[in-house]
Amino acid sequence: MENERSSADGIGVVETQYYTFAEQAPFVLESGATLSPVTIAYETYGALNEQHSNAVLVCHALSGSAHAAGLDAQGQPGWWDDCIGPGKAFDTDRFFVICCNVLGSCYGSTGPSSINPATGQPYGLRFPVVTIGDMVRSQLAVIEHLGIPKLLTVVGGSMGGMQALEWAARYPERICSAIPLATTARSSPMLIAFSEVGRQAIYADPNWQYGDYYSNGKRPDAGLAVARMIGHITYLSEESMHKKFGRRLQGRERFGYEFETEFQVESYLRYKGHAFTRRFDANSYLYITKALDYFDLTRDPLRPEGAPISLVQAFSRARHVKFLVVSFTSDWLYPSYHSREIVSALTAAGADVTYLDIQSSWGHDAFLLEVETMTRLLSSFMDRIAQEEGVALPPLRPVEEAPREAARPGIARENEAWAS
Amino acid sequence: MNDIVSLSEAWANLRPDLRLIADFIPTGVRVLDLGCGDGELLEFLVRQKGVKGRGIELSEAGVLACVRRGLSVRQGNLQEGLADYPDHSFDFTVLSQTLPFLDDPEMILGEMLRVGHKAVVSFPNWGYWRCRLYLLITGRIPQAPDLPQSWHQKPRWQAFTITDFARFCRQTGIAIVQQAYLDGGRPMRVPKFTNLLSTTGVFVLARTST
Repeated sequence: MENERSSADGIGVVETQYYTFAEQAPFVLESGATLSPVTIAYETYGALNEQHSNAVLVCHALSGSAHAAGLDAQGQPGWWDDCIGPGKAFDTDRFFVICCNVLGSCYGSTGPSSINPATGQPYGLRFPVVTIGDMVRSQLAVIEHLGIPKLLTVVGGSMGGMQALEWAARYPERICSAIPLATTARSSPMLIAFSEVGRQAIYADPNWQYGDYYSNGKRPDAGLAVARMIGHITYLSEESMHKKFGRRLQGRERFGYEFETEFQVESYLRYKGHAFTRRFDANSYLYITKALDYFDLTRDPLRPEGAPISLVQAFSRARHVKFLVVSFTSDWLYPSYHSREIVSALTAAGADVTYLDIQSSWGHDAFLLEVETMTRLLSSFMDRIAQEEGVALPPLRPVEEAPREAARPGIARENEAWAS
Repeated sequence: MNDIVSLSEAWANLRPDLRLIADFIPTGVRVLDLGCGDGELLEFLVRQKGVKGRGIELSEAGVLACVRRGLSVRQGNLQEGLADYPDHSFDFTVLSQTLPFLDDPEMILGEMLRVGHKAVVSFPNWGYWRCRLYLLITGRIPQAPDLPQSWHQKPRWQAFTITDFARFCRQTGIAIVQQAYLDGGRPMRVPKFTNLLSTTGVFVLARTST
């Protein structure tokens, strides 16, 4: 393996870019509301080939950003740096990888914390409610701006997986393949329930002020932290919590019989909740969870009041698309049977689908933590797609077989900025 | 990558029963391989015979190995049937050395002939003379030829012979349209007394015309 570069030399420092559109004609959302202008923050890694045929769109989850790989100005690695870079699953020597921050988020794309041009103040709750479909259409604008007629693949986990499915259902002619990971074709009532509890925590914080908290310096941090704590519980599994925390106490030997942080699991959740308030906007949390709740591919966007369509119908134009669907055995937020439902519908629709339910104890977070298995799966699948789509590429480097140390949480991996 | 192997070389590398199956499958057809394992047969068919191949495999290791080979494989349990697959969406369905492990042979063969125009099935023959002699002399249930598990090991198998299978096909409206036999690792040139002399049978099946 002498020609293999160490993964340490990675992508290096990357800069987020911005594309602004809908300045004249407004961007019409699924709800019928309009937005003008729209800015989407995005990053790219690797180089677009001459045929513009090696582009891979990576879609992030609820709290992610466009910073998927490489290092930002502060030296922070991207949320999927494990899988994007030279010699990694999405090999930037072969592919041109794009990641867009979703519409409604707070990492550079237009969202509730952006300035409303009509008032000169942040939108707050005057920001229109957006959907997964709206996010995907805004990504399409970026893809067109970059001069990419067709994506080699679109990949994402959790909410990113919803975007990948949305691409396959609505814009199948724009993609060769799709990789939905740990996701669903339709938000379950349980998912909506957890979203709502998170939102209620934010509404209940007096500092939220119906979303108008940007000017007076009081932010609904307590509410947002609780929302995030609930989220974190749903990303783990009972088994992983046993492994990670057990009933261990934090910084003490015995019970204090008082209302302090005593158990490690409490300390972890408090820390995660608090850390989240430093980097995320509460209103964005409301809008993005709402987009998650609305997601349902059996609802025909052209006839939203009409009878639901079957998933097979939803994917009827995607029979040429090659799919890699992955679920994880301990994921109870997006249980495996949701993925199997997708796989059944795709099979019935006549699409080419590869499916694996990976044995894992890490719960929903597994899609980012099972690095070794994911790298093997993703790189083999990408190799095949590139070959079948006739993408001229440099020869593949031998893939690293050994598990990387950082692949296990609690050891080196505490960068959970990406989670769901 | 130096994986350009000649057809004959690749064929010679296949497991003997898979060679017989591969011989029955014409070039360029659509094949669904049920219980495709690590994808040995499917890869051969795709690369060497230009087949449009898909697989179903229960084990994670098997699916991973197949994806490594660049194959399209779904993790799934054959016992649940093939409900998602439209009628006659494949030219051939394949079931190699798996039938003794399945609870409902009639269901799976029915599904194979619904989804595929033809089905290719291979299985070990407990009617082989050594198996008969083993039972007669030792009084113990013989392991099938080429099947290492004892009766009590997982996955559990159900013993049957080529004669059993032929009868079963007649009773369930399935026609055996082609057949081939192995004696040990070698194909039987003159198939006579096959239920006594062959270790493995390979059958191409079709629905009896109604």
